[in-house]
Amino acid sequence: MSSETKQILTTDGIPLEISLKKAERKNKIKAFLLVAPLLLFLIITYIFPIGEMFTRSIDDKMITNMLPKTFKSMETWDGKELPSEEVFASFLSDFKILVEKKEHGKLAQRLNKEKNGFTSVVKKLFRQVKRNKIDETQNIKEQIMKVHKRWRDVEYWQAIKRTAPPYTSAKYLKAMDMYLNEDNKIVQVSEDRRIHRILWLRTLEVAFFVTIFCFLMGYPIAHLLATLPMKYSNLLMICVLLPFWTSLLVRTASWMILLQQQGVVNDFFVIIGLVADDNRPEMMYNKVGTYVAMTQILLPFMVLPLYSVMKTISPSLMRAGKSLGGTPFVAFWKVYFPLTIPGIGAGCLLVFILAIGYYITPALVGGASGTLISNQIAYHMKSTLDWSFASAMGLMLLGGVLVIYWLYNKLVGVDNIKLG
Amino acid sequence: MALPKYTETRYRIWHYFYIAICTFVFFFLIAPLFVIFPLSFNAEEFLVFSEGMKNLDPDAFSLRWYKDMVYGTKNPWGLAAKNSFIIAIFATLGSVILGTVAALGLSSRHMPFKGIIMATLISPMIVPLIISGVAIFFFMAKAGLAATHTGIVLAHIILGTPFVVITVTATLSGFDHSVTRAAASLGSNPVNTFMKVTLPLILPGVISGGLFAFVTSFDEVVVVLFLAGLENTTIPVQMWTGLREQLSPTILAVATCLIVLSTLILISAELLRRRSERLRGINR
Repeated sequence: MSSETKQILTTDGIPLEISLKKAERKNKIKAFLLVAPLLLFLIITYIFPIGEMFTRSIDDKMITNMLPKTFKSMETWDGKELPSEEVFASFLSDFKILVEKKEHGKLAQRLNKEKNGFTSVVKKLFRQVKRNKIDETQNIKEQIMKVHKRWRDVEYWQAIKRTAPPYTSAKYLKAMDMYLNEDNKIVQVSEDRRIHRILWLRTLEVAFFVTIFCFLMGYPIAHLLATLPMKYSNLLMICVLLPFWTSLLVRTASWMILLQQQGVVNDFFVIIGLVADDNRPEMMYNKVGTYVAMTQILLPFMVLPLYSVMKTISPSLMRAGKSLGGTPFVAFWKVYFPLTIPGIGAGCLLVFILAIGYYITPALVGGASGTLISNQIAYHMKSTLDWSFASAMGLMLLGGVLVIYWLYNKLVGVDNIKLG
Repeated sequence: MALPKYTETRYRIWHYFYIAICTFVFFFLIAPLFVIFPLSFNAEEFLVFSEGMKNLDPDAFSLRWYKDMVYGTKNPWGLAAKNSFIIAIFATLGSVILGTVAALGLSSRHMPFKGIIMATLISPMIVPLIISGVAIFFFMAKAGLAATHTGIVLAHIILGTPFVVITVTATLSGFDHSVTRAAASLGSNPVNTFMKVTLPLILPGVISGGLFAFVTSFDEVVVVLFLAGLENTTIPVQMWTGLREQLSPTILAVATCLIVLSTLILISAELLRRRSERLRGINR
């Protein structure tokens, strides 16, 4: 080793390196402290609750806590024949506690979800227990089996065993129109009850086509806005910005007026002779309404990012392309269009993500055939109060959005999102 | 856009086709808003243009629905408007303060874990509203804040801050940090420097972020539908209920007022944007 290099010291005798590091750390802490309030606020009020949605969606602890002894004694049961006396005895003692706490109804409800027909069996057992008909000194298995013939059916005991784990994937399977059957295999529900898959597909379809429509309509006007002289483009920009700033419900209301059967659009069709006056087409409460209204409502989100990208493209590039012998179409396709891809990406991502979670407009103009997965989530949140199911569907939707977001980040980069 | 004389016919045709498409799209964007104006002055109860209106008969027009909006018996609009403004103002204040402070930290070059923190801060903008609604509802229900103004204000702060963070960080990206160092070297403390030097310079960004936050709160309906009780009804919630039950012309009167409001917001946002660009030295 060569001779030691002399350390540079600051005026107070501390080595410069350490002193700089200290200052750096201080600056880091300072910057972090500025962000901390908002970060903390969001983590508590927003990020944690999203995590809670997850635990809620897989939570099945209620029944695990209701029948602790039963599940303990079932651990050794092979599940092929009727369980042993021990299982019956522990089930009875669990059940007695539930009856005391008046929670046997909940148990019946939960078990009935697992296998139809549990409500009446549990009720019958409840009556026997209430009247103290079951003698614990005798063979409990025999006595319980006498209460209802279904207690003799091994399938019902298998159903109880299936509810043992504190976590369940049932809500996620239900959202895909599937369930776990008796043999622990994932099967599809019968064809006439497959409603959720239709909704998922429809949501994707609507989001996809709305994005396409927005792109097809937004690209030309963004181009026009970016190439027109400032004084005209500022005026036309109002046409984009006014809807952007106007309440969503106002815009939805105006579409409801326009698209109704006696509405302006139908009037216009009658006047130009496209349809007969007594045969006005239904344009609202179906997919047409959803498409038209959503496209208009989301169009500004396509135009604004496109515009901000196109604005930075120098017009001399197109001129250069033409002067080098390209026709205007070739110059556009080979020079201009590739330069606008970041804007296209940002606009499409924004519109697609907004469309996939849309709720208000489809609920108002969509009718039955225009409702999307968000409507279903809201319905379970507010009407059936099946919050764990709503959480499961919400998280699946969120997963989809995050995948799209990640893809976009890989392909284009997130930094291109601009607001106006 | 005049075409040069030597343009070939097919490009000429293409050009007019392009202009026609653009005209149609602009019309498609803006026309729906203008249907509401005349219909809100309708003298009749139906939401269609009556014969009298088509003939511009003065008797076919009236201020009936505006009167109903203001004076109508058991009309919810007064309470809804009051709630909407209170909630939006407090939510805007909260978003602006939290968001601006966070943006200051984020644009410091010393900030650790910048990427992931930025992603967290703007996540409420990316996550579909319905999911935000469910999550926020779970939190508010647990905290006992469901069906309170406080709960809705907090929810709207969550939804509004990303806009403030984005606009203020954008403004700060063109910010010359030597001015704050100059202030510090002249003996000003950090708070004073912020109030006297930084804030006036980034104010346009802060205000336009605030406008976004205000509109987000004022127009927000999904989360409020989960959270609100009868007492916390807001204008969008009332419109939502009204539109679901029956389209009454009173809603159109309210909608007209909202369009006027959004025009005012648009004008202020535009003025701010231009001022901000001037201050940042971006002249196009």
